[in-house]
Amino acid sequence: MNFINQKNKLLEREKALANLKTMDQAAINQMIATLKKEHQALAYQEASEKNNDRQKNWHQLLKQNENQMSLLNQYAAVQYQRLVKSTAPKVPVLANTLRAFAVGGGICVLGQLVINYWILQGIEVKTAAGFASVTIVVLTGLLTGLGIYDEIGRFGGAGSMVPISGFANSVVSAALEFKREGMVYGIGAKIFTVAGPVILYGILASVVIGLIKFIMM
Amino acid sequence: MNNRIGKRTWQFSAPAIIASYATTAGIKENEGPLGGHFDFIFPDNLFDEASWEKAEQKLQQYALEIALEKRGVESDTIDCLLGGDLLNQIVATSFTARWAGTPYFGLYGACSTLAEGLLLAGTLLSGGFAQRTAVCTSSHHDTAERQLRFPTEMGVQRAMTAQWTVTGSGAYLLEKGQGNIGVTCGVCGKIIDNGTKNNMDMGTAMASAAVDTICAYLDDCHDLASLDYIVTGDLGHIGWEICQKMLLQRGYDVKNKLLDCGMLIYDKKQDTHAGGSGCGCSATVLGAHFLPQLTEGKLKKILLVGTGALLSPTSTQQGESIPCIAHGVVIEQLH
Repeated sequence: MNFINQKNKLLEREKALANLKTMDQAAINQMIATLKKEHQALAYQEASEKNNDRQKNWHQLLKQNENQMSLLNQYAAVQYQRLVKSTAPKVPVLANTLRAFAVGGGICVLGQLVINYWILQGIEVKTAAGFASVTIVVLTGLLTGLGIYDEIGRFGGAGSMVPISGFANSVVSAALEFKREGMVYGIGAKIFTVAGPVILYGILASVVIGLIKFIMM
Repeated sequence: MNNRIGKRTWQFSAPAIIASYATTAGIKENEGPLGGHFDFIFPDNLFDEASWEKAEQKLQQYALEIALEKRGVESDTIDCLLGGDLLNQIVATSFTARWAGTPYFGLYGACSTLAEGLLLAGTLLSGGFAQRTAVCTSSHHDTAERQLRFPTEMGVQRAMTAQWTVTGSGAYLLEKGQGNIGVTCGVCGKIIDNGTKNNMDMGTAMASAAVDTICAYLDDCHDLASLDYIVTGDLGHIGWEICQKMLLQRGYDVKNKLLDCGMLIYDKKQDTHAGGSGCGCSATVLGAHFLPQLTEGKLKKILLVGTGALLSPTSTQQGESIPCIAHGVVIEQLH
């Protein structure tokens, strides 16, 4: 196998690939078959080459070959997507939005009612908000365990996920799920699988905001 | 049932000829006793890919491509590709099969996958369903560690019984017809569970399965004298010793004949503790060590016993013991 020859072949194909859209299926199939054949030969060349630098050169040709192949594969995937688009079930966006609004709004109304209750009990406004969060979290934990929050989530979608109850649901459901793998590798390791990103980036965001506040003062 | 010897040994109507084979491996494997005998060495564990998983897939694809090129044929001449690896849902092999574009059976036999594949490939050829089959398996140290044990950069002290997953792959083309070496018969393994629960001690768990399969073969064929070696997949130093003792109890003295791929691939100095393991262990050692010797006539007949621990991280955490299997295939020099 000649290195320069091989390189030229790849360059020529690169030019042909620029006009991919005008090519017919038979030509594309032919090209895929040739690419496969060349890949195999290149891998063998690379493996039998004892010189390190030349081996790297062969490897570069091999990578070019792979890039061309992936271009063809992407093209085929796009073609396929056109076919799929007409058959894929439509997502009921409007209905989903209305449900999410109702459920999310309902949870927030409940939260407000709880705040008002704690204020009536003589607790300061700021502290009452914290108390309300705790109340909602405990309530969600209970509803998750009883299998009721699953139904609320199925109906409400994002509406049940975004408020703090969604966070509590994700933690409690993970705890329930992984208790069979034990307290350490099960619950201990997996309890925050869903909620982990919220915790990490929530803390990170609060640090950034704290810094901004510090600079502005 | 004329294709059976005794109770459990499958005899192929004609030997499945090993027409071509190739092995790929990582740097650490090349620094071991078999260094220089692999067809291609990956310069590092990533080999220009975006992830270790992709690198493992390339290990396997290269092995298959080199084996095909050695034979002078292309992948579309393969009637059936059989293979597997240790990744979740055996993706490395499935992506290799995607490249090959051949009919494909994905196998999961953990580290016994190579022997399982050779046995099934021989069966397909013997049954007349295929003219040419390919078997390929792979494993990669880093993909196995992160999936089955700890993050690769974590500073942990490995148990003395732990084994080191081999970064490597082997591909074998099996055909009907004439040839120098071939698979002539084999034994399909049973699941044997000796109650071991420690997932850092696979050798101890798998030894019983290896003994069961070796005894099944020897009970059927009575040819211990004509076997040059009995080669187990990846029992490691500890499992190998247990296996030897158990065989002696069953009346088979195999002291000088029992070898283990997991012990052959690394040097004791390489700090791998109990030896090598993984789908790539027997796949690389067979192609780099035993098949060349069979081709040259230094060996006449070996029994390869691939050993697999069929556990999952979830089953271990749920307190289950380890179900193990061993598949045996006899590889002979034919002329």
